[in-house]
Amino acid sequence: MPPLTTPKSGDALFASVERVQNAELFTLTYGAIVRQLLTDLEEVEEVNKQLDQMGYNIGTRLVDEFLAKSNVSNCADFKETADTIAKLGFKMFLGVTATVTNWDAEGTTCSFVLEDNPLVDFVELPDTCQGLQYCNVLSGVIRGALEMVSMKTEVTWVRDMLRGDDAYEMRVKLTKQVPEEYPYKDDD
Amino acid sequence: MQTFSTSSSAVADRSLSAFAFLFSEVVQYNQTQVDNIADLERRLEDAGYAVGARVLELLCHREKGNRRETQLLGILSFIHSTVWKVLFGKVADSLEKGTEHEDEYMISEKELLVNRFISVPKDMGAFNCGAFVAGIVRGVLDNAGFPAVVTAHFVPIEGQQRPRTTILIKFAEEVLRRESRLG
Repeated sequence: MPPLTTPKSGDALFASVERVQNAELFTLTYGAIVRQLLTDLEEVEEVNKQLDQMGYNIGTRLVDEFLAKSNVSNCADFKETADTIAKLGFKMFLGVTATVTNWDAEGTTCSFVLEDNPLVDFVELPDTCQGLQYCNVLSGVIRGALEMVSMKTEVTWVRDMLRGDDAYEMRVKLTKQVPEEYPYKDDD
Repeated sequence: MQTFSTSSSAVADRSLSAFAFLFSEVVQYNQTQVDNIADLERRLEDAGYAVGARVLELLCHREKGNRRETQLLGILSFIHSTVWKVLFGKVADSLEKGTEHEDEYMISEKELLVNRFISVPKDMGAFNCGAFVAGIVRGVLDNAGFPAVVTAHFVPIEGQQRPRTTILIKFAEEVLRRESRLG
């Protein structure tokens, strides 16, 4: 079997991806979505759930593009997966890298820490929306993407700069690794 | 909810696909909330309106040193070049004045960024996701003091497979009256 090519670095990937427009359109569009959801749903919890669901939908498709463009080989374990997401995945789509920290003893839970988050440029949370997880779409994206590669996860936010913390931290817990099922049996 | 800080690192490029994914989710979510095409277009326009209002503030502060446009042609060329360049990375393909009515102007684009990965099923007729961009333009114009009705249309062009998108801007009466007074 020919050796798999080594993954390109995050920067090279980012440079090769087409970037036609400015970050601001992306950030402002995301703000418009959150605003629309708040007007429609009114309950902050509902908005969080909807953002997560939207992120999940995006994640299921995003993972295909990521795998196609980044040429990574199979990750041996969850640790490698997390590293790949933080260095290549985030960089490719958002242009920032996350750091992976806080591994627990079994190696199934870790934290992604983002210093710089493009979704929240120009944003302040008013008092009426204190329960809002503004970046919940990101947790949905990770959950959706990992589920497509057979890993069921739970993602929660630990630190949020909009609430006054110093960085964005989300905790990703691997709950189940589902073995790949083939829809047909090879009978030869 | 959104305010502006003096963000110096604002001009970094994000990936096109991230925006395309996000935009498709916007459209899909709105589809679940409405029953017909006109409402869907209106919701996309409203989303764009908010973006336009903020883009105007941001650009006036950053690019033009807080000077306000008072002339019709000034604001139109601002949209056509500066706003388009900031949002889409290039100036709009063309800016034309309508021949039939005094108050109509058209900004055309061969392939709108938002429409690039969108395909419209036949039963949705003339629905155009460019309504989002029309909303952005309306937001900019309204907040600059030029109230207008802005819509997005597909214009088929011979020799080209995909139709061109035209943003039609129809200014309100008061704008034209003011323009003629300013001379």
